[in-house]
Amino acid sequence: MARGSVTLSIETCKGCSLCVEACPQESLALSPEINTQGYHYAVLVKDNCTGCINCALVCPDAVITVYRENKKKGKVPVATISNVARDISVTIDDERK
Amino acid sequence: MDTVQVDPIAEGLECVYARPADTLTETRLHYCPGCGHGVVHRVLMEIVEELGIQDQTIGVAPVGCSVFAYHYMNIDMQEAAHGRASAVATAVKRLHPDRYVFSYQGDGDLAAIGTAETIHTANRGENILMVFINNAIYGMTGGQMAPTTLLGMKTSTSPGGRTIETSGYPLKISEMIALLPGVAYVTRQSVHTPNAVRHLKKALLHAFRYQKEKKGTCLVEVVSNCPSGWKMTPGEANEWLEKNMFPLYPPGDIKVPHS
Amino acid sequence: MTVSTAELMKGNEALAEAAIRAGCQAYFGYPITPQSEILEYLADEGRRRGMIVLQAESEVASINMVYGGAGAGARVMTSSSSPGISLMQEGISYIAAAQLPCLIVNVSRGGPGLGTIQPSQGDYFQATKGGGHGDYRLIVLAPSSVQEMADFVYDAFDLADKYRNPVMILADGALGQMMEKVAFRDYNPKEHTPAKPWATTGKPRSRERNIITSLFIEPEKMEQINIRLQEKYAVIREKEVRSECFMTDDAEYGIVAYGLAARVAQGAVEIARSHGIRAGLLRPITLYPYPSDAVRALAERVRGILVVEMNAGQMVEDVRLAVEGRVPVTFAGRMGGIIPSPDEVFAALENLTTQDVALHAETY
Repeated sequence: MARGSVTLSIETCKGCSLCVEACPQESLALSPEINTQGYHYAVLVKDNCTGCINCALVCPDAVITVYRENKKKGKVPVATISNVARDISVTIDDERK
Repeated sequence: MDTVQVDPIAEGLECVYARPADTLTETRLHYCPGCGHGVVHRVLMEIVEELGIQDQTIGVAPVGCSVFAYHYMNIDMQEAAHGRASAVATAVKRLHPDRYVFSYQGDGDLAAIGTAETIHTANRGENILMVFINNAIYGMTGGQMAPTTLLGMKTSTSPGGRTIETSGYPLKISEMIALLPGVAYVTRQSVHTPNAVRHLKKALLHAFRYQKEKKGTCLVEVVSNCPSGWKMTPGEANEWLEKNMFPLYPPGDIKVPHS
Repeated sequence: MTVSTAELMKGNEALAEAAIRAGCQAYFGYPITPQSEILEYLADEGRRRGMIVLQAESEVASINMVYGGAGAGARVMTSSSSPGISLMQEGISYIAAAQLPCLIVNVSRGGPGLGTIQPSQGDYFQATKGGGHGDYRLIVLAPSSVQEMADFVYDAFDLADKYRNPVMILADGALGQMMEKVAFRDYNPKEHTPAKPWATTGKPRSRERNIITSLFIEPEKMEQINIRLQEKYAVIREKEVRSECFMTDDAEYGIVAYGLAARVAQGAVEIARSHGIRAGLLRPITLYPYPSDAVRALAERVRGILVVEMNAGQMVEDVRLAVEGRVPVTFAGRMGGIIPSPDEVFAALENLTTQDVALHAETY
């Protein structure tokens, strides 16, 4: 399994725990600590994340950024890229492409 | 409980998903924890960003929980009177036919007070996208019954559960709209699981493409939760909607344009 | 200003032709007697000359299309008649709050309720006091001829853009249906279309997003919006008042009337003069901003004022506010769509003169 990880914006999280329930690896849980809004924010509790993006997909507050080990070694990792669209078969014949 | 401290970049991990950098504002969403609106907002703005059409997209927000949509969507937007978003969008599109125009409405806005606008906008085949969030309740005003409230479903105005005698039947507006020749694409999606969110994004991408190809009105319904109104946790609400709303509001394409 | 050669036209059609010439880019409306000719004329001539003309499913939809079109930066209009204008009130309040320029035409008819299709002035309060919810005002122009039905379209669009405010032309069924000679102003829309950087046209990198809204949930912010609106209305009251006088210089009795009623009153003034009563007419052209100063000035010169309206008495209140008891203010009117005759108005004027003699002793 690929190695992955996530970062979560503590102050934006509302502790809805949808990410916790969506994670196949049970890597996430709600922290006993609360953020300034009074919510128990989500945190990584296990180091077995595979970077599958499930958590980020269901997050209503766009709290989560997901990282994954890049199998093809030597490729320079691009800092921030949103590639959820890549696994969408739809092609947009838009001249802007 | 010890939390895992990790620095992904330092460990050579590649960022594979991040929130839209520009089309979603920094403003914290006011929606209740776990509310589907936030997911739909994010997916819509991911599409606007990925298609590079921030300067070509105009949104129309309704009255309802998503009345503040323009605080979160970093595109030109108009706030419509309750029920009138598709009329406002009609005019914006007629005057700017080369722009992507979408209206974003809840079930009360689109299928109660705005029914006439919804039907006639669709019947004129206006080249706009109607994003329709169906959570079977009036969230913003505190959980009243909506046209799509299920029979037997308790709300603040159907305290004993919705009955036919008092309030008639849940309205399947998308199926009705699909009958109109001017309508090109009608699909019902949801955001209650990761896969559902992927399918929603695909559906919305189709809708934007159909709009570009001037195929006619597109309606993307999203069966969504209302944790506060339904008095459930977000997780319970997502399970509840799958078990109770899907039988009446089955997800999937209702009408697809012949290519 | 040069004008085209005069031609005989119906009021409604003259108004529609002027809208095309004024560069109106879109019309959204719904059929209702006595003004359907505006939609019909534009659906033919307007579309042929590049105007977007959409017959909506209701007046409610129409006014919200006007909101959307104006918010998108276009010169837009709608027209209807009394019941339809009532349906538009919520939308008009939103347009006023969002400060959107547009033209709304009310070819008013007898009411209340379904009423009749005959001319009336029963919508004065609705038009001038803000017919919808909240503190807002429309600029209201009241034509009294087919020529003014055309001329006021250009003025309305210019005022709307100048103040980012909805402007209403308050006509009536007779003005809409009757035919008179009309000549069209030489008007190049390109010279009358200010930039609208605030419009929703698609957010380029170079600017923040534009939001057209009337929602300001924090009361402090909503108050600021209201303060700004009131400041704007104050400027409008100061700069945009229009009225016309007829034989008031030496008048001892004044008549105040607008629109169709003013034409009738003018006839009564002539009758009075023939009977040796020096009467004069003050005709408000802008009903908001109301020509209070002109009315006050008239009150300082005459011994009494008669207000003539085709309703139960609405503008008379504004006249009394302006006169503030300086002289007696009496009212003569017909309701339900009946047009008063010059003789009826003259009879009321005579009453004023006799009543005035009796009243002269004790202050009004």
